[in-house]
Amino acid sequence: MIDARGLSCPQPVLMVAEALKSGEAEYKVLVDGNTPKENVTRYAESKGYSVACEEKDGEFTLTLSK
Amino acid sequence: MTAKKDKLTIIIAGLVIGVIAAALVYFGNPKNMGFCIACFLRDTSGALGLHKAPPVQYIRPEIIGIVLGSLAMALGKKEFQAKGGSAPMTRFVLAFCAMVGCLMFLGCPFRMILRIAGGDLNAIIGLVGFICGILVGVLFLKKGFTLKRTYKLPTAEGFVLPVMEVGIFALLIAAPAFIMFTEPEVGPGAMHASVWLSLGAGLVVGALAQRTRLCMVGGIRDTVLFKETRLLLGFIAILVAALITNLILGSVTGTPYFVLGFDAQPVAYNDGLWNFLGLFLVGFACCLLGGCPLRQLVLSGEGNTDSAVVVIGLMVGAAFCHNFGLASSGEGPTPYGKIAVILCIIVVAIIGCANTFRKAE
Repeated sequence: MIDARGLSCPQPVLMVAEALKSGEAEYKVLVDGNTPKENVTRYAESKGYSVACEEKDGEFTLTLSK
Repeated sequence: MTAKKDKLTIIIAGLVIGVIAAALVYFGNPKNMGFCIACFLRDTSGALGLHKAPPVQYIRPEIIGIVLGSLAMALGKKEFQAKGGSAPMTRFVLAFCAMVGCLMFLGCPFRMILRIAGGDLNAIIGLVGFICGILVGVLFLKKGFTLKRTYKLPTAEGFVLPVMEVGIFALLIAAPAFIMFTEPEVGPGAMHASVWLSLGAGLVVGALAQRTRLCMVGGIRDTVLFKETRLLLGFIAILVAALITNLILGSVTGTPYFVLGFDAQPVAYNDGLWNFLGLFLVGFACCLLGGCPLRQLVLSGEGNTDSAVVVIGLMVGAAFCHNFGLASSGEGPTPYGKIAVILCIIVVAIIGCANTFRKAE
């Protein structure tokens, strides 16, 4: 689980980029705004991951999977 | 939303913003200054008496419009969220330094684009400095620079800056004696489009920038970091639209809106080194802040109080620049301004190091 809540861009994407280097099939990313949600989704999709999003109380759990 | 649609949206928004920016000059704003977040915050500081430079005192409705346009869009899209607490004092200092850089160059990154669109080649040198500053900032980001997390705050906290903007607008309309306005012919502060037109332009630009996350710093940063060109496309669209609008206005009115060259450019000077260093400082400081001055206004409209602190830091920085002779003019930079820019670059570098190479907590 990558907790990127409260971090402003580009830090959430940088965290995800670093994590993706480990090459696992699935990651979970926690963000708390639309901007990081969009940015992480865009980045993960550009790296060939599909992204599912769940929202709860203004926080988003993004599931990145290959 | 697909990546392609995303890109198309920001290109259209950029084109609209570019046309509006160039048109504002036709309606009375200073040349190549349809929008300049730094200049307009500086003018507003002056009107409120925070500095006493007679040529640059006017409450710019564009600033108020951007904040309120962003607020309205954020509320409509349910994206308004009061948050803050991510190193506010550090952000204040970074904003102060960014303003010193802007007033060395004579413009924020937004005006840099508009100056290029007006044929001012000094702004190309500024752009090179801006890119170099961002590259240095990116190095820090890659090494782990962070101002730590923001936290949710009571909703009312997020409304403080937007409400202040409404108050400032009331002062513009009421124009009590203690608000200072540049006298006609005295300086750029006297040149402005009508109040409601300026406000409307700001509202549209604020709403579009909120929707698209437009950011001059982010465009170059994301391209370097992730090869993500979306924000950069917005930046380029503004340039293209403003350039074309300038050419059209020039041919229709007979007054030149596009003059290619280094010399005698409006509200600009031709000392390459200081144009470069001014925007180098802006690029560096704004990269650490996470966004250009326009983006900070938009974020403060969304309830981000850290960005609201940045806006205040920019205004205080502008007041200092004019109170202590740091701001450049069409004649060129001042000796104290040069010292201030060097000191501010050092300060930003220290802030970068202190928030990158610290012990794990």
